[in-house]
Amino acid sequence: MLDFLLNEFLVTGDPLIYGAMVSMVLVSIAIVYVLTYFKKWGYLWREWLTTVDHKKIGIMYIIAAIAMLFRGGVDALLMRTQLTLPGMEFLNSQHYNEIFTTHGTIMIIFMAMPFLIGLMNFVVPLQIGARDVAFPFLNAVSFWSFAIGALLFNLSFVIGGSPDAGWTNYAPMAGPNLNPGPNINYYLIGLQISGIGTLATGINFLATILKMRAPGMTLMRMPIFTWSSLITSLIITFAFPILTVALALMTIDRIFGSQFFTLTGDGMPMMWANLFWLWGHPEVYIVILPAFGIFSEVISTFARKQLFGYKAMVWSMVIIAGLSFVVWVHHFFTMGAGAGVNSFFSITTMLISVPTGVKIFNWLGTMYKGKIRFDTPMLWALGFIPCFVLGGVTGVMLAMAAADYQYHNTYFLVAHFHNVLIAGTVFGCFAGLTFWYPKMFGHKMNETLGKISFWFFLIGFNVCFLPMYFLGFAGMPRRTYSIEPEWMPLNVVSSVGAVLMAVGFAVFVYNIYYSFRYSPRETQGDAWDGRALEWATTTPVPFYNFATVPKVEGPEAYWLMKQKGKTTYDKNNLEPIHMPSDSGVPFIMMAFMFVAGFGLVWEWMIVAIAGLIGVLACMFIRSFDYDHGFHVSVEEIKETEEKARREEK
Amino acid sequence: MKYRWGKYVALLAAALLLMIGSGCSDMTVLDPKGPVGESQRDLIVFSIIMMLFIVAVVMVALTYILVKFRERPDRGDKDYDPDHEGNTKLEIIWTVVPLIIVTALSVPTVITIFQLEEPPESSSDKEPLVVHATAADWKWFFSYPEQDIETVNYLHIPTDRAIEFRLSSADSMASLWIPALGGQKYNMAGMETKLYLQADEAGTYQGRNSNFTGTGFAEQTFDVHAEPAEEFESWVEETQQNAPELTQSEYDKLLAPGLLEEMEFSSTHLEYVDHGEMDGSDYLIERHQEAFEELPHLEGGRGVGDE
Amino acid sequence: MSAESDLTTGPLEYRSHEDRMTILGFWIFLGAEIALFSTLFATYAVMFGRTAKAPSPAELFELPMVLIMTFLLLTSSFTCGIAIHEMRRGSLKGLLTWLAVTLLLGLGFLGFEIYEFVHYAHEGATLPSSAFWSSFFVLTGTHGLHVLLGISWASLLIVQLRRRGLTQVTSRKMFVVGLYWHFLDVIWIFIFTSVYLIGMVV
Ligand code: HEM
Ligand SMILES: [Cu+2]
Ligand SMILES: [Cu+2]
Repeated sequence: MLDFLLNEFLVTGDPLIYGAMVSMVLVSIAIVYVLTYFKKWGYLWREWLTTVDHKKIGIMYIIAAIAMLFRGGVDALLMRTQLTLPGMEFLNSQHYNEIFTTHGTIMIIFMAMPFLIGLMNFVVPLQIGARDVAFPFLNAVSFWSFAIGALLFNLSFVIGGSPDAGWTNYAPMAGPNLNPGPNINYYLIGLQISGIGTLATGINFLATILKMRAPGMTLMRMPIFTWSSLITSLIITFAFPILTVALALMTIDRIFGSQFFTLTGDGMPMMWANLFWLWGHPEVYIVILPAFGIFSEVISTFARKQLFGYKAMVWSMVIIAGLSFVVWVHHFFTMGAGAGVNSFFSITTMLISVPTGVKIFNWLGTMYKGKIRFDTPMLWALGFIPCFVLGGVTGVMLAMAAADYQYHNTYFLVAHFHNVLIAGTVFGCFAGLTFWYPKMFGHKMNETLGKISFWFFLIGFNVCFLPMYFLGFAGMPRRTYSIEPEWMPLNVVSSVGAVLMAVGFAVFVYNIYYSFRYSPRETQGDAWDGRALEWATTTPVPFYNFATVPKVEGPEAYWLMKQKGKTTYDKNNLEPIHMPSDSGVPFIMMAFMFVAGFGLVWEWMIVAIAGLIGVLACMFIRSFDYDHGFHVSVEEIKETEEKARREEK
Repeated sequence: MKYRWGKYVALLAAALLLMIGSGCSDMTVLDPKGPVGESQRDLIVFSIIMMLFIVAVVMVALTYILVKFRERPDRGDKDYDPDHEGNTKLEIIWTVVPLIIVTALSVPTVITIFQLEEPPESSSDKEPLVVHATAADWKWFFSYPEQDIETVNYLHIPTDRAIEFRLSSADSMASLWIPALGGQKYNMAGMETKLYLQADEAGTYQGRNSNFTGTGFAEQTFDVHAEPAEEFESWVEETQQNAPELTQSEYDKLLAPGLLEEMEFSSTHLEYVDHGEMDGSDYLIERHQEAFEELPHLEGGRGVGDE
Repeated sequence: MSAESDLTTGPLEYRSHEDRMTILGFWIFLGAEIALFSTLFATYAVMFGRTAKAPSPAELFELPMVLIMTFLLLTSSFTCGIAIHEMRRGSLKGLLTWLAVTLLLGLGFLGFEIYEFVHYAHEGATLPSSAFWSSFFVLTGTHGLHVLLGISWASLLIVQLRRRGLTQVTSRKMFVVGLYWHFLDVIWIFIFTSVYLIGMVV
């Protein structure tokens, strides 16, 4: 038993990992202690663990995503250290492989997506004048499944060993023949659990946006961020089932001995690559379209102008969504599918750049004849434009299959996707967070610190990733832990950039603390002279969002309301508001899911079955639960609103 | 604001110059030694020019707009038009121009894609030399069926003659890449892909597996010795005469996951198994499954350090 | 929470805004299910013929049994339709009766499917036999699991219907289960034609 514990269960023999274990235990003890000392357990349970409020769920998503950004960032710094001092064996090849695998997986699945979904959660219901999402209970289930999936995935670092086959987890290398053991199972099960939650989010937001809009808000009057969320949800709904199946098939391969992607039994490893990218390419648009939406909101707000070419913006997103399902082969042009196939996918891929370009020019058009202010959210948006264009044009270069044979698997590719993912998604998350921060927390983030963190991050980002294009031309492959002497200088430059980015991130996080302490509190709801309905409520937002549901009379609903002097509080027209009740079931259900997942990872079937029975029992309880929520009385609404609006005038 | 942007641009430009200055001589992909790499280089250079044009347009427009339309105390509402919401003519232009650019890029791309599936024109007077390149964790086997010789982790090829690589793998999916000669293609178990390359200049080039395959991936490299036909022939003869035969049991032993030195043999493993055929795909697993149960400890090989 | 108003006429399950939204949500969910099954069908198509040393489908598939299974499931879809019809008429008893018939037919289908799998296993075709058989068992097995889930879910509903009678909520739940059941039937038609019929011919 002890033998098993020390040799297989716990990861041993590495100071880095002992350090991680010790710090995890210490942090857990500290959290438990603080919660007990301040008697906050009840508060935590009532206000957060059981909440179904889209605003709180959104905030939890964002906090978790920032924690994951930290973990992924540490991974990145470890990799950069290794590549700067390759001779020192700072990391051996196995460690390096584990670290770039967890880096990639965490950044895409547990950072980028939850960050954006968190913003969607907070903002979309407010933007469409709704009081919550369509299925608040399901929304909580989504969040906890993400949290549990992330927890399980991160646990691999200290228990059992991290996955080490890259975020793409290609077969047969990741299959049962060449890579047995729990590590890849962590990848499969962690992604499966959180992926199902994401799928539920997609369905939830489709129903929300289609059915819960305030009266008068036709589709073509929706704020552009809501549009981007709608289209993202649509992509999620059709792309995530593919991931579900792919993960399930490989799990069955590994645990139950089927032969889908194996080297034996006539299995077909190539099928994994196809299924993975059939989901994977839409996935990259899942993490960029909401960011596009954020930039549109931010740019139009700070240029103080209506969005330029609204219709073109919407249609370009629709076209991007459609095309995103017919380009997946560009991730393996080098598989030898034949000249015809490669030509077809080259062209479809390049076509995506056309609607993308249209969006870029429309953002420029939005600023044209504007009156541009340079607050921090706007800086992120302005930094995004040139950097993302660089990522887009290198994407087009990669799309030219004949040339891609030379770029594929090199640092050129690494530079491309960081140019789009960091300048696009991460800048977008930061822009969105600083933009909606006052709405979430009742105060702005400090501008000076915000600008410092922006400039560090932007310059660091370019210093880090521009050299990588040249490294690609010099023949440096991705995912290698050792490098040739001639690649050294550029790698050192790149690492300097990584450090600058880390400083930028640290300042960003410090700014959260600093602003909490020192920023002036918001006295009214409209922090930036905003244009969409989220700015129409008071700050802090009452749990029911809108006392009276606004009537929408055109695009930019709140802009129009301001001109007409209307508010979302019509004293004489109040009605009791129906709200859903909180529930502990989602949390408990996903705790059981964790047990089931952990059992599957270790192939302890009894544990897995026990966990699954727990999950089913929770569903059972839910099915018999006829709690329809409660009504907020008119008096309570009046009291809340008067209090929130007292300081306004 | 203006100064900050200026500073940033200057900094970027300096960094770029530095990089290009320090890196240019080593940019293998842009300095190819054979017709395949050259046609790819031409495509790359053409696309870089087009793309720089786009980047320049966006940068200039962005800078102009930011400078002209930023809020300044002396500006007031001059040129401010909050209701300006679109311009059909402009929108058509910036849809059609990118479409034209995409077309301009597609045509040479498609032509090159088709070209690369055939042996290069410049040596069409000679039959291509067939070399089976088989990847296994974490080494390369090169079999010359016509010459009946096999090498491990290095390659000799004649110059001015097309090489027809028949790629396959005994286990993980690898990718054969010799950047100085041209782009890569995957090696997969149970199937065969074909890659044509050719060296016009004699020399020693770096080749590697560029597709991640696990622990020994970084060490899965090989040298390519390109030499004039006569020299190549004499190397072949020498190998045929001096190298030992590759027995099946020896080959099976070499397949075990790990690193290998450079080796040569006077027969090929194709007599025992062709990993490029469906029946060959479980050959290695049947012999070495248990070797993958433990994390390998790698030793020896032609590692990166000792070059 | 509603942004649209509630109705006082029309089918019970469509009256409140919340119910309409749930039904829409379920339709979207079925869209995702279509994507899921399409992926499984695509995998099956790719793996077709990769039987390794295991028997080929043409050797094992037997038309009579598959026809019986198809008959059971199609009939159950029909009786499920009758059950919904009874619900619309406001007859709880009719609803419960026909729902029970539906579930029994579903159980019969499952019984045959289990028998079929065991039979194939005896003939040497199991999940690990080959890529083809893996994809066969996972595709039909996923459908079978869905049927099992549908039966369990509908059984819970029977309890709720007996306790609470026909309310807006129970009738909405019933309607959604009905949708689900018909959907599984449609999937089966595809399995019947593209797996069994083609498998027997090729
Ligand atoms: C103008 C639009 C774009 C084009 C034409 C494009 C094209 C490509 C191509 C052809 C590849 C494959 C290269 C190779 O593996 O050799 C690729 C890889 C990638 N792209 Fe893009 N791309 C575009 C935009 C984006 C966006 C918006 C994102 C994400 C936000 C993105 C994220 C990625 C990622 C993550 C990979 C690499 C995945 C991996 O292999 O690990 N791309 N892109
Ligand atoms: Cu293949
Ligand atoms: Cu892609």
